[in-house]
Amino acid sequence: MPADGGIGASTRRREDVRFLTGKGQYTDDINIRGQAYVHFLRSDIAHGKINNIDISDAENMPGVIRIFTSKDFEGVGGVPCGWQVTDRFGQPMQEPKHPVLAEGKVRHVGEPIAAVVAETREQARDAAEAIIVDIEDLPAVIDMKAALADGATKVHDDLTSNLCFDWGFVEENREAVDEAIRNAHHVTTLELKNNRLVANPMEPRVAIGDYDAARDEHTLYTTSQNPHVIRLLMGAFVLGIPENKLRVIAPDVGGGFGTKIFHYQEEAFCTFAAKAVNRPVKWTSSRSEAFISDAHGRDHVTKIELALDENGKFLAVRTDTYANMGAYLSTFAPSVPTWLHGTLMAGNYTTPLVYVNVKAVFTNTVPVDAYRGAGRPEATFQLERVIDKAARELGIDPIELRRRNFIQPDQFPYATPVALEYDTGNYQATMDKLVEIADIKGFAARKAESESRGKKRGLGIAHYIEACGIAPSNLVGQLGARAGLYESATVRVTATGSIAVMTGSHSHGQGHETTFPQVVAEMIGIDPGQVDIVHGDTSKVPMGMGTYGSRSIAVGGSAIVRATEKIIAKAKKIAAHLLEASDEDIELKDGQFTVKGTDKSVAWGDVCLAAYVPHNYPLEDLEPGLEETAFYDPANFVYPAGAYACEVEVDPETGKVEIMSFCAADDFGNIINPMIVEGQVHGGLAQGIGQALLEHCVYDENGQLVSGSYMDYAMPRADDLPSFTTDTSCQTPCTHNPLGVKGCGEAGAIGAPPAVVNAVVDALYDMGVTHIDMPLSPSRVWSAIQAAK
Amino acid sequence: MILSGSKVIDADRQTVWSALNDAEILKRCIPGCQEMTGNADDGFEAVVTQKIGPVKATFRGSVAISDVVPAQSYRIAGEGKGGAAGFAKGAATVTLEDDPEGTLLTYDVEARVGGKLASLGGRIITGVARKLADRFFENFQQALAPEEKEAEEERAEG
Repeated sequence: MPADGGIGASTRRREDVRFLTGKGQYTDDINIRGQAYVHFLRSDIAHGKINNIDISDAENMPGVIRIFTSKDFEGVGGVPCGWQVTDRFGQPMQEPKHPVLAEGKVRHVGEPIAAVVAETREQARDAAEAIIVDIEDLPAVIDMKAALADGATKVHDDLTSNLCFDWGFVEENREAVDEAIRNAHHVTTLELKNNRLVANPMEPRVAIGDYDAARDEHTLYTTSQNPHVIRLLMGAFVLGIPENKLRVIAPDVGGGFGTKIFHYQEEAFCTFAAKAVNRPVKWTSSRSEAFISDAHGRDHVTKIELALDENGKFLAVRTDTYANMGAYLSTFAPSVPTWLHGTLMAGNYTTPLVYVNVKAVFTNTVPVDAYRGAGRPEATFQLERVIDKAARELGIDPIELRRRNFIQPDQFPYATPVALEYDTGNYQATMDKLVEIADIKGFAARKAESESRGKKRGLGIAHYIEACGIAPSNLVGQLGARAGLYESATVRVTATGSIAVMTGSHSHGQGHETTFPQVVAEMIGIDPGQVDIVHGDTSKVPMGMGTYGSRSIAVGGSAIVRATEKIIAKAKKIAAHLLEASDEDIELKDGQFTVKGTDKSVAWGDVCLAAYVPHNYPLEDLEPGLEETAFYDPANFVYPAGAYACEVEVDPETGKVEIMSFCAADDFGNIINPMIVEGQVHGGLAQGIGQALLEHCVYDENGQLVSGSYMDYAMPRADDLPSFTTDTSCQTPCTHNPLGVKGCGEAGAIGAPPAVVNAVVDALYDMGVTHIDMPLSPSRVWSAIQAAK
Repeated sequence: MILSGSKVIDADRQTVWSALNDAEILKRCIPGCQEMTGNADDGFEAVVTQKIGPVKATFRGSVAISDVVPAQSYRIAGEGKGGAAGFAKGAATVTLEDDPEGTLLTYDVEARVGGKLASLGGRIITGVARKLADRFFENFQQALAPEEKEAEEERAEG
């Protein structure tokens, strides 16, 4: 580990000083003089026709400033969707309007119907109770297959059906895949569900709208992973506010996990209402509200078939998936079950033929969108489960079956049949490392020991790959993205040599304020303490596409590298002038500019001072000052991969699953801060294990969310998790970004669920259990054991 | 949620029938009922405070009676709004038959809750409903045959 805190150092997170001492500045900590409070009256039925909204009593309640309904939003756009998927017949997806406040109908429990702005939060809530809404119940559409049946009630009357799109990929391979499956030596089939989840970041969403009438300027404070994207979507598509008159600030944000990527109605409402009432307007979500208004995750129902030859080589994969969109299209919802999912169905393997069919369905539930991993966990789960099942059916060791089908180290760059080109990887190496750290050889003895105590022990293996570092703009543009996915950075050097880096990446737990300075400090050879990170404010950062898809270091970090390279190039010219030498002869090392082959040098600080006090300066050739901006658009995705092993003990009497060990051997390429990377892996594993064992978002047949609190929605707790064994020593650096880095934020959540389920099925296989749908709660496991008897 | 059951009430059929149509008696018997006005022909207005799981709410709503076969059966349906807590709605078919020990009352209830009530209490709603039904009939028995209740209490104390 370098002693200087540069690249490779496990520097402690500097932001934790304020987070751990209560000095963080979260959106709810911000209070603006004169602010009013909004309470949203939300639908408590899943589907209904709004006949009338009577606000006359409520308007006269104490403290009420104004009550808004959809009538106040006539002429205001709906919340837009940022990705258009084209179906397998070449038609665009069905895209309903997503109004700020419900128009004519309510379509899910939690949809805002009216909004009360009042002097206090309590007054707003009381007045909301006095609003009389006359709603006629309509049948709720909850089950996806029922939603597609002939004559099903339509969620959106103006659409032709509840089918958002029917997507096929690779459509040209459809017949070839069918034929390969027809003729194969062996076909393994698995039907499974990827359980619906609620993201549950520790900090619920908050929005504050502020309007300066004298300047005609709007400011929105919001809990967002990407304030610039919110500015663009809300300004251009919803409210029609020019970007120069709209500032969006996302200060400290307490976790996002995807659900804070999206532009929500509450943000548009607070911005709109602040001008309408000429007061700052604040909304703070309660936890109960978060359950019914934050976009949910996953919720796929899939049938997957894997065809193999007599040697266990994979010949073809065919999948048939129903993906729940909820009642409206959230910002990136259509991309999740399609381009972030179908493109990963080759996995780490040389499967030559893949066909993925996805039917995206509207239902009377909260919109579903990206959640940690977004599409890639769904792909990995199916693939790693069906491979495991095939291994058992064919009597081949699950590790051996994977090894036989791995893309080999000498095959990179490797073009998959599903449109991606993996630049680097070494899956045999990560599997070798896993076999070592998980002590696979010792499993039989541990199993025998468990059996002696009446417990069933199982070992589950998964090998994931993900495409992250999202994404090449020209590519995603062809795939339907309505945005580019570059990142920007400005490096601003002061006269005394300290540095502010303005980055479009947003940190909401990732540790950017620590990691990014390590990169800049390493490049210049100065102390990282001289470098500060500025993010989360559209007025300070030139542009930003934000943080998701494990893109911060791979894309945002690369932009910082490019801007710092420009700084160094200019600083060398200044140094050359000061040293009376030629630019090309100047070397930068440890913060000193030296004339090659001489002992003539000038310090970083002296060069910076000369840039701002240009008394002795090449003014004719060079502008004063030292500030550079770079936009970086990645040439490809990055492809982290890893091998995971989970060992469980199952109590066959109660169905209780205990995780005895969990080992992860990941290849993230080069690593800037190993401690932060390990933390990211831990967090991802915890969420993946949460999905596998505990978490489940459940609607009843009427569309009521019956898991709407922590009494019924089980989040993973410390005692549900083992002490993780992680390893990141297998490193095949990315070939196309300057740091050679891959993303690490989603890996754990992608690789963990299949490892856990494979382990439980392994434990119970001799009892006849071949599959259990997540979450593997004691009652489900017990029921599976009983059903197999 | 669907709930069915039956109960022998120690009173004759006509007495039970009258009580089932009497706002004052219903108010005393419905657990948590604060107010009950109106009559069987025009419908009742009720205010009921009830705790379901962690949610305590006051429901205001109307109760309508239909399908009346005097002294034999009716259908009673109601919907209550609990403000921020959500709503509860339900209907019950009640049938009376003579019984050697009084009157056999049989009920089939279908109920739904929505909003916060469903998200916080949805999974325990059947248990809560059964408990409320038991309490209603305890109260109902007491309202119709209070002397016996007192006698029982005396015996218990003795």
